[in-house]
Amino acid sequence: MIKFPVPDDSCEYFDKEHETMTREQIEALQVERLRDTVRRCMSNPIYKKRLDDAGVTPESINSVADIRRIPFTTKADLRDNYPFGLSCVPLRDCVRLHSSSGTTGNPTVILHTQNDLDEWANQVARNLWMVGLRPSDVFQNSSGYGMFTGGLGFQYGAERLGMLTVPAAAGNSLRQIKFMKDFDTTALHAVPSYVTRLYEVMQQEGVDPRKDTKLKVLAIGAEPHSEEQRQRIQNMLGVKAYNSFGMSEMCGPGVGFECKEQNGLHFWEDYYIVEIVDPETLEPVPDGEIGELVLTSIKREAMPLLRYRTRDLTRVLGRTCPCGRNHVRIDRMKGRSDDMMVLRGVNIFPIQIEKILMNFKELASNYLITLTTDEDNDNMTVEVELEELFTDDYARLQDLKREVTRQLKDEILLTPIVKLVPKGTLPVSDGKAVRVVDKRKVYQ
Amino acid sequence: MTIRQISVFIDDKAGSLVKVLDVLKEGGHQILTSTLADSPEFAIYRVLCTDAERAFKSLKAAGFNVLLPDVLALAVADEPGSAASAIRILSDAGISIRYMYSFRLANKGILVIRTDQTDRAKEVIILNKLQAVSESELSAMIKA
Ligand SMILES: [Zn+2]
Repeated sequence: MIKFPVPDDSCEYFDKEHETMTREQIEALQVERLRDTVRRCMSNPIYKKRLDDAGVTPESINSVADIRRIPFTTKADLRDNYPFGLSCVPLRDCVRLHSSSGTTGNPTVILHTQNDLDEWANQVARNLWMVGLRPSDVFQNSSGYGMFTGGLGFQYGAERLGMLTVPAAAGNSLRQIKFMKDFDTTALHAVPSYVTRLYEVMQQEGVDPRKDTKLKVLAIGAEPHSEEQRQRIQNMLGVKAYNSFGMSEMCGPGVGFECKEQNGLHFWEDYYIVEIVDPETLEPVPDGEIGELVLTSIKREAMPLLRYRTRDLTRVLGRTCPCGRNHVRIDRMKGRSDDMMVLRGVNIFPIQIEKILMNFKELASNYLITLTTDEDNDNMTVEVELEELFTDDYARLQDLKREVTRQLKDEILLTPIVKLVPKGTLPVSDGKAVRVVDKRKVYQ
Repeated sequence: MTIRQISVFIDDKAGSLVKVLDVLKEGGHQILTSTLADSPEFAIYRVLCTDAERAFKSLKAAGFNVLLPDVLALAVADEPGSAASAIRILSDAGISIRYMYSFRLANKGILVIRTDQTDRAKEVIILNKLQAVSESELSAMIKA
């Protein structure tokens, strides 16, 4: 039954049966659903050939570990088989598609049946219920709509839970703030950089989020961010901000979400098999070690993906939780194996830079990393906005700059050029912030 | 005994200076004097203007990084050597000056001084009968 009834407000769980399964129950269900998924994939000629070549049949899946016999699927596979090559049902059974714009080559397309959409809404509703939201809450979704899954994904999930849901979409900060006040919004979903932007506009307009709004929960995601940035956002708005993980290839938001413990995101293992592998060897890494997140969707009809390489880097934090959910806890994303910068042979992730910058209360949340080649040396410039002018003394501003440079050097082992810039001068759209610009000469 | 100065953190683009000046213009503030040091990357634009507190709030609301520090304004006679004798008194008393600029108003020279030792400087000013100008005295001089 996909549309089970919404539980009583006092129930801690939206879907108690699945959320509180033991590890043994989870793994037994995963084996069963993986078998179903492999069977479904056999109807697709591309998958069938790969599975046949690897000698994988539904009957040969007897444990979760058997998944390692299945070949990986990559973003390139989605592009190469654009638009419908990896679908496992006839198009007439599909009711929606989402597409992510590719910067190079074809975009990727993900198809959904009605059951897929219903299950997706269940996952999002489960997440929002988990952090205390109930049908009496008002949910404002300040996320891009259209092809971006953060819009419709949260819309249907919040409606499934039974909340009054405001499709505010991204942008027009003044209107967003008016909606929050007029509609008594209690929960807001947005990308972290946009929450920061909203807070700036609130300050300019003399709006105190603690007094002038009824906000109690924030859902933030779709943009990698550090624990320090989350703390900052929580302090700004005076409410808890919960990290959301989603990707359009799996469905969209809903795949993983933090519980009230805020100690890792529960990835829903009744829907996905989660693996963390070494991006070079593709062998599994032990719990606690950072590797690439690999996801298999085991409850999708239109386009299940087998061992999809997400390129996101993270680690397993644990498989139990005081909240009573035994679904694996995954650390916040540490970066992407493809947005890693390699500078003079050193691997650097933007999140490392952000973590240091957020330690300085004098600095704002917006920053820009620019890589350049100067006389055949690769250099990194980090521009960061000043939060408050704490002094009008050049020497003390230079001291701040020196200290930021020193701490960055300790973190990334290279000395970047640090520039303090006035607030509001770095590029930021109402969508995702621009973080890295690579202007280096291309070798090879 | 002190007056409030506007300090705005801007980048090295002339465009950002224009934006600051536009805010002051819209608020009807009269600029008495201003200074912009040359610096390789960022700069601090320091302004003395009428109704400093309101100007500060407008600039803050417009999203600028802005500060409203207290500075000393000494009025000296408009004649050679007057600045030298005033500064010598401060210097002899061990007051270090972070920055200084000056302008002329109502037949007086005004020395604007920022120091970290404001309290000590005030004592020295009183003991030596130097003339420190308050905000209200300054506005009276503007109207004169
Ligand atoms: Zn938990």
